Amino acid sequence: MPVDIDIHYVARLARLALSDDELARYGRQLEGILEHAALVQSLATDGVEPTSHPLSMTNAFRPDEITPSLDRDEVLSQAPETQDGYFRVPRILEES
Amino acid sequence: MNDPADLTIGAAGAALRGGELTASELLEAVLKRASMTEAHLHSYLTIDREGAVEAAAAADSALRKGDDLGPLHGIPIALKDNMVTRGIETTCSSKILAGYKPPYDATVVERMRQGGAVVVGKTNLDEFAMGSSTENSAYGPTRNPWNTDRVPGGSSGGSTAAVAVGSALAALGSDTGGSIRQPASLCGVVGMKPTYGLVSRYGLIAFASSLDQIGPMTRTVSDAVDVLGVMAGHDPKDATSYRGDLPDFGSGLDGGVEGLRIGVASELSGEGIDTPVVDAFRRTCDALAEAGAKVTELSLPSFEAALSAYYLIAPAECSANLARFDGVRYGLRKEAETVEDMMAATRAEGFGPEVIRRILLGTYALSAGYYDAFYGQAQKVRTLILEDFARAYSEVDVVVSPTSPTTAFEVGARTDDPLSMYLSDLCTIPSNLAGHPAVSVPIGLDEGLPIGFQVMAPALGEQVMFQVAAAVERMAAFDARAPLATSEIS
Repeated sequence: MPVDIDIHYVARLARLALSDDELARYGRQLEGILEHAALVQSLATDGVEPTSHPLSMTNAFRPDEITPSLDRDEVLSQAPETQDGYFRVPRILEES
Repeated sequence: MNDPADLTIGAAGAALRGGELTASELLEAVLKRASMTEAHLHSYLTIDREGAVEAAAAADSALRKGDDLGPLHGIPIALKDNMVTRGIETTCSSKILAGYKPPYDATVVERMRQGGAVVVGKTNLDEFAMGSSTENSAYGPTRNPWNTDRVPGGSSGGSTAAVAVGSALAALGSDTGGSIRQPASLCGVVGMKPTYGLVSRYGLIAFASSLDQIGPMTRTVSDAVDVLGVMAGHDPKDATSYRGDLPDFGSGLDGGVEGLRIGVASELSGEGIDTPVVDAFRRTCDALAEAGAKVTELSLPSFEAALSAYYLIAPAECSANLARFDGVRYGLRKEAETVEDMMAATRAEGFGPEVIRRILLGTYALSAGYYDAFYGQAQKVRTLILEDFARAYSEVDVVVSPTSPTTAFEVGARTDDPLSMYLSDLCTIPSNLAGHPAVSVPIGLDEGLPIGFQVMAPALGEQVMFQVAAAVERMAAFDARAPLATSEIS
């Protein structure tokens, strides 16, 4: 089954800033892999329920108790940029 | 006594308790072995000499006081570098985590320390555990200690290579589609993937959460039982952690196979498997039958589509899990004007090609319009695989196959063809999709390269799985010493 991928769109969804050359190469490779992966469509699956997880578990509850969390300074020491005890990122909202 | 670096956990433990060896001497022997072999292998990314020396001294002092912490007390072990270690660099072999010093220990790391194990260091892997050759590491490949022109398998190739040469007595790996068992097969050691949920995933950097499981890599089946015993058990920090009672994993080790029913998976032992591998596998099956097992051929038809299902499900889960690497809380950041451009630039710069390929593949498989045809269909195949296994286990106690379709391939042979690399996982993937335990045991050599035999069992069937594996180990009488561990290295 031929597979048609809008690789620019997929890379945008995945937040990957790739060059046109890279996108073309990944696009070709993905088409090859997906043609093989289309084998999953060859088995009869009418009426078969999907399995998303090997364990048939329901909710795992625990008591709602306050326990010590990670040390803030130790956590922030690994961040690229911090300010006043917070992670700092580039501007998200425009000033009005 | 022989070089302590060549001891099994069992033998080293006896020597430690008998006063013939100290944990510090054992560690020195292991570090010396690492210094001899690392230039040829590159199995470690980080060796924590200082921490290990301290832990070994503490283990000696505890043992002198009669405080025995169990089978791993004083035993030098290695950790795959996708398990977080507080204050010790943890990179997952990725540039995106270069320099990352986690603020906490993974549960398995805590349990190893509580059990008296001495952590030697962190081992190399395919970036984010995506690969079958340990060539996809941002810090350079690991080599196979049986032949350094060959790959060690992957993704836990650093861990297996270390165990094979004695630069650790045991190692922890993680197995999402065969990443413990396939490299164990290619390096001639024992590698085991437990039942899903048996070992906590807290602090294992996630690849595909419904498939990932941590397990032991050791020189003997009995050693694997010891390591699993220390790791397994409920952890409130992992919502998928098993809550029930645990069996005595090793109670059947001396039991033999008489009367046991062993099924040979037809789909995994014929087409697509190299002839020398199939031959060695068949000889072992014959030996099991001679020893009194009832060996029968079984067909598990849905296995034909297992590889395809896996290469949709695992990338789909990875594309979600790896969204957390965005240049905000840890690791690399590439500066840009807007937050979205910063994230996209950081991720493109920090991830290697295989990781990018799988993120794109998973993103596509989950995207609107394609979800049902690919991801949804793969989940249905997963159900069929579980049903095939259930039918098999109504007739047999374990299912067996070769672990890897080939012995170790040459470095670079498959790097340009992702699909041929994916075929390395043909025999190991069904157990991950089903959440079942499976183990690889070395059974011989072909042209100087190890061949592995895989024993699969139903969920929580570790006991009978280890029983059969131990019988295979005795029959094969495999001398698990890689040439690089013993020869003078030029």
